[in-house]
Amino acid sequence: MVDHDNRRDGVTRARDLTSGANMDGIAASGFPILARTDFSDTTFLLEIYHPTMARAARPGQFVILIAHDHGERIPLTIADFDPAKGTITLVIQAVGKTTREMQRDFRKGGNILGMVGPMGEPSHISEAKKVICVGGGLGVAPIFPQARGFKQAGAYVIGVVGFRSSDLIFWEDKFRQVCDEFMICTDDGSAGLKGLVTEGIEAAIARHPDIDEVVAIGPPIMMKACAEATRPHKIKTIVSLNPIMVDGTGMCGGCRVRVGGRIKFACVDGPDFDGHDVDFDDLMTRLQRFKEDERMALEKWSENCRRLALEPSQTGEKGGS
Amino acid sequence: MARKTIRTIPQERAVMPVQEPEIRTGNFDEVAQGFNLENALIECERCLVCPQAACIAGCPVGIDIPGFICKIIDKDYRGAYNLMTDANFLPAICGRVCPQEDQCEGVCPVGDTLEPVAIGRLERWLGDLAIAEGWTKESHIEPNRFRVGIIGSGPAGMACAADLAKAGCAVTVYEALHEPGGVLRYGIPEFRLPNSVVDAEIGNLIKLGIEIKCNTLAGRLFTVEDMIGEMGYDAVFIGTGAGSPRFMDIPGENLNGVLSANELLTRCNLMKAGQFPEYDTPLHLGRRVAVIGSGNTAMDAMRVSLRLGAEKVYCVYRRTEAESPARVEEIHHAQEEGIEFHWLTAPVEILGDSDSNVRGMKCIRMELGEPDASGRRRPEPIEDSEYEFETDMVVYAIGTTANPILGQTSHIRLNERGYIETDENLATSLAGVYAGGDIVTGAATVILAMGAGRKAARSIKTYLGIRDSETAHRPEYATIETSMFGIDRAERNFVRVRLE
Repeated sequence: MVDHDNRRDGVTRARDLTSGANMDGIAASGFPILARTDFSDTTFLLEIYHPTMARAARPGQFVILIAHDHGERIPLTIADFDPAKGTITLVIQAVGKTTREMQRDFRKGGNILGMVGPMGEPSHISEAKKVICVGGGLGVAPIFPQARGFKQAGAYVIGVVGFRSSDLIFWEDKFRQVCDEFMICTDDGSAGLKGLVTEGIEAAIARHPDIDEVVAIGPPIMMKACAEATRPHKIKTIVSLNPIMVDGTGMCGGCRVRVGGRIKFACVDGPDFDGHDVDFDDLMTRLQRFKEDERMALEKWSENCRRLALEPSQTGEKGGS
Repeated sequence: MARKTIRTIPQERAVMPVQEPEIRTGNFDEVAQGFNLENALIECERCLVCPQAACIAGCPVGIDIPGFICKIIDKDYRGAYNLMTDANFLPAICGRVCPQEDQCEGVCPVGDTLEPVAIGRLERWLGDLAIAEGWTKESHIEPNRFRVGIIGSGPAGMACAADLAKAGCAVTVYEALHEPGGVLRYGIPEFRLPNSVVDAEIGNLIKLGIEIKCNTLAGRLFTVEDMIGEMGYDAVFIGTGAGSPRFMDIPGENLNGVLSANELLTRCNLMKAGQFPEYDTPLHLGRRVAVIGSGNTAMDAMRVSLRLGAEKVYCVYRRTEAESPARVEEIHHAQEEGIEFHWLTAPVEILGDSDSNVRGMKCIRMELGEPDASGRRRPEPIEDSEYEFETDMVVYAIGTTANPILGQTSHIRLNERGYIETDENLATSLAGVYAGGDIVTGAATVILAMGAGRKAARSIKTYLGIRDSETAHRPEYATIETSMFGIDRAERNFVRVRLE
């Protein structure tokens, strides 16, 4: 990986904000990656050192990452944070050019050019006594701190997470520690319940008529299905939206979504909204905005990788906990 | 020498080369190329050096305009630069982007009969000369051990930072984006304000000892209260800008191909989407682009679109050219470049195709009625005058609203429109916390934000009880009573000068 020296004449892109000194002697060039874990061929976890953010972060918030000086700014939900270790945990799915490049280049000991956050309004851990926390795909990681938050607040937590197949499963142990009930759903039935997370929700609602709240994080189509599943039961359903953004501070308006018929900016008004009010079709359409450009960038990049015999490889510590 | 009169000065403004429209729409180089030395000297001759200089009062940061012009005439360019930077640390930027016609040049008495002195162009020339020569301000800074935190590295924050650093404070500037400069970086395009100029001017600030921390979202990473509290800042200045773009809430607004001018400009200027895919940020520019609004941001968005290869660019504005908030020069440049202006036209609906991409816009024609609260005649729709035209992209440049982040994360008092409430000294409801620029006034100009930053710096100095140092770094021409252990009558502050 190219070592991006981002210290330019006193302009630091630095982390340590409370004093002039660099913490633990780590140079103020970017944000150090302390650990990486690969969950599958496409999904990997990073622990990034940022003590100030680790103290400030709350469940439901996100960061914007920029990998290098030609990179784009991409929003990623904070999967976990550890004030004691001073780390922010992100789970990244390599789907497009930028995320595949991250998969190739981000290594333990490496640096990330830019990471800013925590952004967005934190999730409101309500007084709910019984909640279902639903995570699908990439949403499995960020639903974890919410489940933990509800557990700490004394709620009865039912965890429902969905994966395509058993070999993609991660964090089962972590979830079991904070959930009173825990269900895994797989598309192919290779583990847990065969089917979508909505079937897990239906099953949980059938067993527990007194569910106060559902929190769902995942692909828009999944969150939409979750909202539809709870609508007839009139159970409050919170979803976390992750539309296209540039700055993440309310300045560009690229992340605008329709909620209850009104325009909201997911970066500053959200990212959490009432799932029964969100116009998911609108969200899904807007996510297609740069489809052609994204495809072109990925093709071009893959072609370059082939040419340079730098086929994206999977290294790092295999396996999850 | 006999005093110059309106009859004895050069009647015409000195020539400033400008790129021809047909050439400049194919590049991002600056449109106005700036004076050379000879032209600058000719233009300086046009200044009458009025004893009661209206231009100084007309300048939001109070530059001693006749003073620096006289120094140029005396060929003391360095002295001119030093005098300039007493008031304005960013001359190369302000010379380019200030609306001088409404400020210094607007009140220049030469302008009563002839074209006013081209003060902005002279300022720019001096700023560019300083960058080329590598001049920086010689400051005799004596640290006073006060620490000031500044939120936002745009014009307001930078102006405030410069003044406080010169007074001896340890200044840290927090910026949410990964590059410093605020609107100068993400908003104003390269052909109006090259990034190299922004870099050079920010470099000068850093030489004053100012520390800039990017990738830092104040409010969320730490609160304003934290800054005054556990982070130990003695004072805080908030210059976060207005920020959030306005939309109209008409049908079709969420179609793909509808975006804010802020987004378009940020993608292009900060993220270099024009060089996609070498740079990773896409823009997906339309073949035809319609921009709603007619302010400077609208002009920038249109002219950027043109340079990125749009075949046709339209401006849709519900009033007329006369009411346009953009600078006259910018509208003129845009017209020269072939932008098609639809005055007295308001959008009613954005039309989409089956893939939810923009295919056109439905507009209605307007006429001007009675003056409204802003004093401009209110546009009113003409019945049954709706029409459609084809476009692939619609850009909103109809202004901004207050960014909500600091309001969400602190107890600072906001006004009913969400902007930060301050008193006449720019103090907010939190002790030691000051605010200025667009986050207080709503969207305005770079120079007004800088003026607010300087005013806040003055208030912070008073609040901290710092002896004022504004004259301290120019011992060679500061008068005795304002510099030598005396009282600066304007500031009501003791001033001490460290003479070399």
